[in-house]
Amino acid sequence: MTFTIPIDNGDAVKNAEADSQRTLYPYVTGTSIVAIKYKDGVLMASDMGGSYGSTLRYKNIERVKAIGKHSLLGASGEISDFQEILRYLDELVLNDNMWDDGNSFGPKEVHNYLTRVMYNRRNKFNPLWNTLVLGGVKNGESYLGMVSMIGVSFEDNHVATGFGNHLARPILRDEWRADLSFEEGVKLLEKCMRVLLYRDRSAINKLQIAKITEEGVTVSQPYSLKTFWEFQAFHNPTAGAQGSW
Amino acid sequence: MFRNQYDTDVTTWSPTGRLFQVEYAMEAVKQGSAAIGLRSRSHVVLASVNKAQSELSSHQRKIFKVDDHIGVAIAGLTADGRVLSRYMRSESINHSFTYESPLPVGRLVVRLADKAQVCTQRSWKRPYGVGLLVGGLDESGAHLYYNCPSGNYFEYQAFAIGSRSQAAKTYLERRFESFNESSREDLIKDAILAIRETLQGETLKSSLCTVSVLGVDEPFHFLDQESIQKVIDTFEKVPEEEEDGGDGEAEAEAASAAPAEQGGAGDQDVAPMEM
Repeated sequence: MTFTIPIDNGDAVKNAEADSQRTLYPYVTGTSIVAIKYKDGVLMASDMGGSYGSTLRYKNIERVKAIGKHSLLGASGEISDFQEILRYLDELVLNDNMWDDGNSFGPKEVHNYLTRVMYNRRNKFNPLWNTLVLGGVKNGESYLGMVSMIGVSFEDNHVATGFGNHLARPILRDEWRADLSFEEGVKLLEKCMRVLLYRDRSAINKLQIAKITEEGVTVSQPYSLKTFWEFQAFHNPTAGAQGSW
Repeated sequence: MFRNQYDTDVTTWSPTGRLFQVEYAMEAVKQGSAAIGLRSRSHVVLASVNKAQSELSSHQRKIFKVDDHIGVAIAGLTADGRVLSRYMRSESINHSFTYESPLPVGRLVVRLADKAQVCTQRSWKRPYGVGLLVGGLDESGAHLYYNCPSGNYFEYQAFAIGSRSQAAKTYLERRFESFNESSREDLIKDAILAIRETLQGETLKSSLCTVSVLGVDEPFHFLDQESIQKVIDTFEKVPEEEEDGGDGEAEAEAASAAPAEQGGAGDQDVAPMEM
């Protein structure tokens, strides 16, 4: 493992050289995460793509990970920042476990910790370029929340990031219920993911759905959705655009 | 305990493996007025005896709220106790801010103990001269801990510290097995009865003691004088005529008791009065 000595150029806001040390734009990004609470806990869906600008470069990136015993973290945005966050949380969970005292961090605590981290980084003009979704179950209570790269944080019954906010949430607002069974929840998420697949150019047809209940976390194997491209409108797509104008 | 050639610095061991300065610090705890803690499965009660310098002054505050779910009672150098309470409040609120969740008592107590240990291993510091009874509630239930100047901490079902605490401990030893299942009211009554034991003959009045409670669905708070007096009235019958005479007796006893305790007057002088 190579070790580079960190350069301290001081304040990233005032010092020009320090600009090289702070995040200006994302490079490898993940697209939407969609998550819902259901009867027994929380379901979270994401595709496995990592885009490098407009190139769909990586197709096997897991963007949903288990945190401790009680939580699930999904991230869209810069993948390397997501990995950094996973390292922070690893340390957090490790220290929590080392106490070995019958207390453990639940999803609420993890969510708030992440909010503090994201907000503090934003204040230093060096954000972690992610929108995070935190879901979990503890002591029978389901929890689902979101934190953005500028530290905006809230909880809801269903959340989505990026394009999911525009395409998936309207569906969820209409069709979500508190007593969804596991199968109904998965179907609902697949409906959202299918729309995203058709309409979000950075989505790929390889997704995972993760489930968290009181018993623990399960992340499904990657699979694809059936799509249909034989709509009339797709035949002769240039029919309405003849001529140079 | 007699003076010897190994007791000047806290960083000097005696040939028998003792740190005398730390032990002297623990003596300071024994000189403070009594503080008592007991817990059931769902509640923790902290009580203390109100000692005042003189009739003219107010009594020292010995019980502090650290958070809604944690309280601490101190005995010994009250100034040290105040500083440590402030530290505990700070730790508790920082945890709440970061995790939006109450700091588990056990973790607070360990940090406190580590802080005390540092003072037993630096030549330019001295141990804190205060014992702390930390009572609190967390996910794993109700807890009562005792933190020593030595940096040790222990968990208890019930405990008493300070002067004449042995009498209270004897009382608590007889009754502790039933505390886990006690109701809140019985627990409070037992705390006040334990306080009575430390007064050794003085008539128990609500003005002489401070009682605080915390529990499941009950944030830390002090009981007002009326409620305490009501509990006292259930077991103390104070005849009307004797009351004024009893008061005078109580003052005289307290005044004579203080100089009799070695160093007792010393640490009573330390902290400014708060009301």
